[in-house]
Amino acid sequence: MNFPEELRYSKSHEWVKNENDEVVIGISDFAQSELGDVVFINLPQEGDSVTVGEAFGDVESVKAVSDLICPVSGVVSAINEELLDAPEKLNRAPYGAWIIRVAEVSETEELLGSADYEAFCAAEG
Amino acid sequence: MGSYVPSTAPEQQEMLRALGMENVRELYRDVPESMYLNGPLNIPAGKSELEVRRAVTAMAAKNKVYHTILRGAGAYDHYIPSIVKYIPAKEEFLTAYTPYQSEISQGLLQSIFEYQTMICELTGMDVSNASVYDGATAAAEAAALCRDRKRRVTLVSAATHPDVIAAIRTYCYGTGDEMRLVPVKDGVTNFDMLKEMLTAEVASFYVQQPNFYGLLEDADTLGAAVHQAGALYIMGCHPIALAIMKTPRDCGADVAVGEGQPLGLPLGYGGPYLGFMAAAEKLMRRLPGRIVSETMDNEGRRAFVLSLQAREQHIRREKAGSNSCSNEALCALTASVYMAAMGPEGMAEAARQSMAKAHYLAKGLCALPGVSLRYGGDFFHEFLVDMPRTEEVLSALEKKNILGGLPFEGGVLWCATEKVSREALDEAIATVKEVLTR
Amino acid sequence: MKLLFEKSVQGRRCAILPTCDVPETALPERFARQAAPKLPELSETDISRHYTALCGQVHGVNSGFYPLGSCTMKYNPRIDEEMAALPGFADIHPLSPAHAAAGCREVLGTAKQYLCQIAGMDDMTFQPAAGAHGEFTGVLLIKQYHDSRGDKGRTKIIVPDSAHGTNPATAAMCGYEVVNIASAPDGCVDLDALRGALGADTAGLMLTNPNTVGLFDENILEITRLVHEAGGLCYYDGANLNAVMGVVRPGDMGFDCIHMNLHKTFATPHGGGGPGAGAVGCKAFLRDFLPRSALMEGGNGIQVRSFGGNFLVVVRALTYLLTLGREGIPEAAQNAVLNANYLMSQIKGSFAPAYDRVCMHEFVLDLSAFKKEAGVSALDVAKALIDYGMHPPTMYFPLIVHEALMLEPTETEDKETLDGAAAVFRTLYEQGHSDPAALQTAPHHTPIGRPDEVQAARHPVVRWEAT
Repeated sequence: MNFPEELRYSKSHEWVKNENDEVVIGISDFAQSELGDVVFINLPQEGDSVTVGEAFGDVESVKAVSDLICPVSGVVSAINEELLDAPEKLNRAPYGAWIIRVAEVSETEELLGSADYEAFCAAEG
Repeated sequence: MGSYVPSTAPEQQEMLRALGMENVRELYRDVPESMYLNGPLNIPAGKSELEVRRAVTAMAAKNKVYHTILRGAGAYDHYIPSIVKYIPAKEEFLTAYTPYQSEISQGLLQSIFEYQTMICELTGMDVSNASVYDGATAAAEAAALCRDRKRRVTLVSAATHPDVIAAIRTYCYGTGDEMRLVPVKDGVTNFDMLKEMLTAEVASFYVQQPNFYGLLEDADTLGAAVHQAGALYIMGCHPIALAIMKTPRDCGADVAVGEGQPLGLPLGYGGPYLGFMAAAEKLMRRLPGRIVSETMDNEGRRAFVLSLQAREQHIRREKAGSNSCSNEALCALTASVYMAAMGPEGMAEAARQSMAKAHYLAKGLCALPGVSLRYGGDFFHEFLVDMPRTEEVLSALEKKNILGGLPFEGGVLWCATEKVSREALDEAIATVKEVLTR
Repeated sequence: MKLLFEKSVQGRRCAILPTCDVPETALPERFARQAAPKLPELSETDISRHYTALCGQVHGVNSGFYPLGSCTMKYNPRIDEEMAALPGFADIHPLSPAHAAAGCREVLGTAKQYLCQIAGMDDMTFQPAAGAHGEFTGVLLIKQYHDSRGDKGRTKIIVPDSAHGTNPATAAMCGYEVVNIASAPDGCVDLDALRGALGADTAGLMLTNPNTVGLFDENILEITRLVHEAGGLCYYDGANLNAVMGVVRPGDMGFDCIHMNLHKTFATPHGGGGPGAGAVGCKAFLRDFLPRSALMEGGNGIQVRSFGGNFLVVVRALTYLLTLGREGIPEAAQNAVLNANYLMSQIKGSFAPAYDRVCMHEFVLDLSAFKKEAGVSALDVAKALIDYGMHPPTMYFPLIVHEALMLEPTETEDKETLDGAAAVFRTLYEQGHSDPAALQTAPHHTPIGRPDEVQAARHPVVRWEAT
């Protein structure tokens, strides 16, 4: 299991990266492994508002669906449309497959560093 | 008394003993005494099969089976080829549950995949579900899937079957959304009013083709206006007419639905029928109900499975777009067999003959004194006429074992299908003539 | 197997229609189709053999044991089919004049009378076409009731976490917020959780009893009393009525409205997924809110389907009710419960019941310990059962039990079948420990092995296309 040090993580298993005033969000390696094969992702639209602790989309496996919980509040500035056609990228390269970018970030939940997140996952798994 | 319990009394005792129980009441130990029924239900005692046959046959005998049916209005008396009745009666098709276990359900899954393909062919759309309850629920579900966060209002042409309008309104009532009726002009959707009503809050517009009066709507023009306003376009179609009529896809529809009953299902006093539902690919994951997909098994063989299940209620629960679970699978199978037996040419022939016979009937009736078409537009196999002495006319037809048209909005809505012979049409026309020239 | 389309030969056909005996009418060009639909062109022999072959790849109730929990896969009597096919029912137009459909009305009236007796309700509609459709109708009765009283603050429906997915989905379709309440450790309603969820915003509660783990909730009177006390109504999901019909009535448990699945409890066939019929019963105070057809009955309230519903399914159910009668109905329920308890007792030494106590018509096995020991999942066991000629139980439901297999044998199975099935479960339990791979790759004797469902969901192929 991979926990890149340059990222921060939410307890609902999203990874977060700051990039030029924007926040990039994806799901962690632990999350994709728990979900199993991701078959589809429901994404928000550009311009949608997102709120800390609320769902901004969901990911489907064959027999389950899981909400994607937003670790920040702000406005969606970009979505990764590639994932609509190739959701398997979330399994293959969870840290390469960003899901959304959020601008105008007004609030961020308390995030974990990679070591703390790894320990958190170990306890959960 | 009739029973389908195979266990004999000694076997039941043996099983109870194995459980350490003396009587059946112990099985229901969690049921409070206050509500446990100690006496029998107030219904008759059970009967043998022969007695039941007599009783139910006697009820059927109280209905009247007409020789000729000239009434449609949402339930159509098309001819049902013999093979169509036999195949869905095969025990495995009849008694299986939904094919969740694909390894022992390939036959069912393949038949649904074939049905989906046929519905796509008929409508020109990209994807069909495995069926919904009937044409009215298909329309209501279609309107629901077209709604998004910003666009919540559903427009419906007033020239739609009244039950379909009521079902759409009911589903809207459920979610607290609004349905608005677009008025009719000369028997078809009022185009100018539609354009005016297509505001930014409108999610979709539903039109029935042919409409409830049997008239052909200018479906392309309506669709273009709907899209221009950024809304989605739903067409409700007669499936046999589709064999010769411009496809919903070619008319610009985003969702095509309809009542599948004409495809080999008996009138059955209203059901079971079949709601067919197909959509453009972009809406695939918003479709309700079951969808079969082709894939491969672990040895690379062609296999079929229920797919896209994460849309459905058993996974998505309160976030599912629909609560749909059971559908009309056996009716969809019936429709498939019908379409296979008729083939493209047979379907088109049924459509052409229905249309020809309706026009023959209309011409014959309108030659009679005081009878005229209410609307001048092109029609398929139904038409509304104004005529005097409706009740007398219908009762004279009744005596000849003919079910005449449906009294509606002060006129009579007639229908003819390929099943009615010229001789029967002539008899009906002559009977009406007799009354009107009396 | 080849698809119908792949067997099609251009120009082949069945001779169905005569040549047209009236002058043709041309469809104006602007309405005409550009190209004919690519439907298959086949002979009647082709069609008959095709479907006979497909039939060979379907497991129905008549093929073998079908203990699919929560689906009540009982035997579907043939007389029911024959009665529904009588021309005096099948050929009746729904808009026939009243005197021409007197027999249909007698069927509906009689079925309503008997089913209201069984449910403990005062009135009923047959318009809903399925169980979930009945739930939708029933919850709309609740919504109309509150609306009619101007009681607009009731925005929530309470649903236990063990409920079928249709319950929360239905509540959402009726515009309600769903309040999921956790079940108590015994699988029944947690009264404290219920009390905590109830309030002035409660529109109602949706509940099955027996519940989805197959247990009769002994607190049922307290549950319905609490909901009523808060001003809500109680909806009975009749999914599990087969356990209690003729033994105890939902109306006497305190429920205000109910749906019954005629295709489960009253033996009408499932047809590979439908058609069903969801008769919805209610107490007298809700009667005015029942749906009616706009065209058939001049209704101007709610309507959930065209015309009067799946009438021919009601004919089948009535035939069944007439056959069983007042003694046969509780007899069926009692034997369904007896069979379930007996089967559970015979399996118990191997796989563990999730709730080890007297069950109703179905029970849930919890395979999580077995999975830990043997590395074999509930799915693997389900698939392995197929090789023994059994339809697998319901898997992974209810959600509150991990590695769940839910078995419902029904009353129409005999002791030999139950003994045989229990022996298979014991064999698989042993085999899971001795040769787990055999189960993990099951089934081995079916037309296909395990399909690639991931591929099917990622890149669905939902129709055939000519190559």
